[in-house]
Amino acid sequence: MKFQREAEPEWPHQFTKLPGCERLFSCIQCGTCSGTCPLSIYMDYTPRRIINLVREGFRADALASQTIWLCASCYSCAVHCPQDIHITDIMYSLKREAIQHQMYPKRFPIPVLAREFYSLVRSRGRNSEVWLVLRLALKSNPFILFTMMRSAWGLLRTGRISFKFEKIRRMNELGRELSTPQEVR
Amino acid sequence: MAAFSYFPGCSLKATGVAYEESLLTLFKILDIPLEELEDWNCCGATSYMAIDEEDAFLLSARDLSLARQAGNRAVLAPCAACYLVLKKTQDYVRKYPKIREHVAQSLAAAGLPMMDGVMVRHPLEVLYNDVGVDVFKEKKVRHWRGGPVACYYGCQAVRPYDEVDRPHNPTRMDELLRAVGVPTVDFSLKTKCCGGSLTGTIHDVGIRLNYILLKEAARKGAQAVVTLCPLCQFNLDAYQAEIRKQTGEGLNLPVLYFTQVLGWALGGDYKALGMRRCISGADLVKHWFAREEVETYV
Repeated sequence: MKFQREAEPEWPHQFTKLPGCERLFSCIQCGTCSGTCPLSIYMDYTPRRIINLVREGFRADALASQTIWLCASCYSCAVHCPQDIHITDIMYSLKREAIQHQMYPKRFPIPVLAREFYSLVRSRGRNSEVWLVLRLALKSNPFILFTMMRSAWGLLRTGRISFKFEKIRRMNELGRELSTPQEVR
Repeated sequence: MAAFSYFPGCSLKATGVAYEESLLTLFKILDIPLEELEDWNCCGATSYMAIDEEDAFLLSARDLSLARQAGNRAVLAPCAACYLVLKKTQDYVRKYPKIREHVAQSLAAAGLPMMDGVMVRHPLEVLYNDVGVDVFKEKKVRHWRGGPVACYYGCQAVRPYDEVDRPHNPTRMDELLRAVGVPTVDFSLKTKCCGGSLTGTIHDVGIRLNYILLKEAARKGAQAVVTLCPLCQFNLDAYQAEIRKQTGEGLNLPVLYFTQVLGWALGGDYKALGMRRCISGADLVKHWFAREEVETYV
């Protein structure tokens, strides 16, 4: 049960200004998103419930949910939504806010992966799969390495693991591009 | 045909190396020039978008801008995630003046030209639209020796943008494969998500999603799965042994790229198509494709 006093009714209105999220309030709660989502049965709130939580202003529940991180961005909900709501973009906005305010479920591997990926790409311009997995394991759950080991042998045997620590040559160019002041927010 | 700026992305240089090998081989057979984008950077995929949207657009903007600098009209992005991120950047830059302004300023600060006029294209759509099904029928030099296959389109290549194929019922891969004589089954889960990086994070959920896909493909009579995304291929291929162990199902399906199948039918070399890089069903792949005799199609 949710109580009105837990809600922050002003909070959801910021979303209507974000690219892709404009149609949040046109949701008719039909549940097509949840029905078409391959991951909804593993979520704590289904996509339909997340949309409703956001719309009613239950910020803490939405941002601390596992749902937004389980979303694999497959866009199934977005193309099936009869109201043309870009649910995937709303999920991204929620992820970003959860990261910004450190509200994501702690030691949950998916936001850790996102952060490690971000810092790898930000500092080197490219992602290197092996190093990403190692960093993910160190920061979240070293046990992940054991589950990875099972498939690693097959990949090694067929020459599909690259240990090269990738970096682009003109990193300064990318750095200059990424460090321009942001006026959009 | 005009040259494409080829954007490999991180996967095609590591776990998806067979995709790169077969793509280059196939395009060489078809005489379509590809130039690898010089000093390309990561597209940001889905993870970067979850941290910083502005930056995510800037990452792709640099790649598109580099393609323009190279003088090419189109970027060829075989990886579904790369394709979508580049496409989305282009779309949002067009739709939202604020994003456009920010991207233009940032590119200018880095001394790069604005990325206007560069198209983002996926090999499936290039092969279907620019080359055409008929050319594949003509150029076919080998008879298919394998069993029926399930064409698996996954998510980000066909959704939310509909230029690669129809989001709800894509059929172009099936059409191309049938043109070279490969029987395809009616695979009802062809656009269901494989979970992407979930196999590495929430392992059990990722395994379950891939199990459902493989099981359904096998139930429909497919003896192999054909994909167009390096992550789908990786998940279905590398974790199949584990799925087999966990569920006790006798699943043994090779997971191939559509470029491998098409390249083989057009006379591509077994090794050059990266066929040896299959983990699951490697025995089948060898049995189907490794024999030397080339039957000339009359």
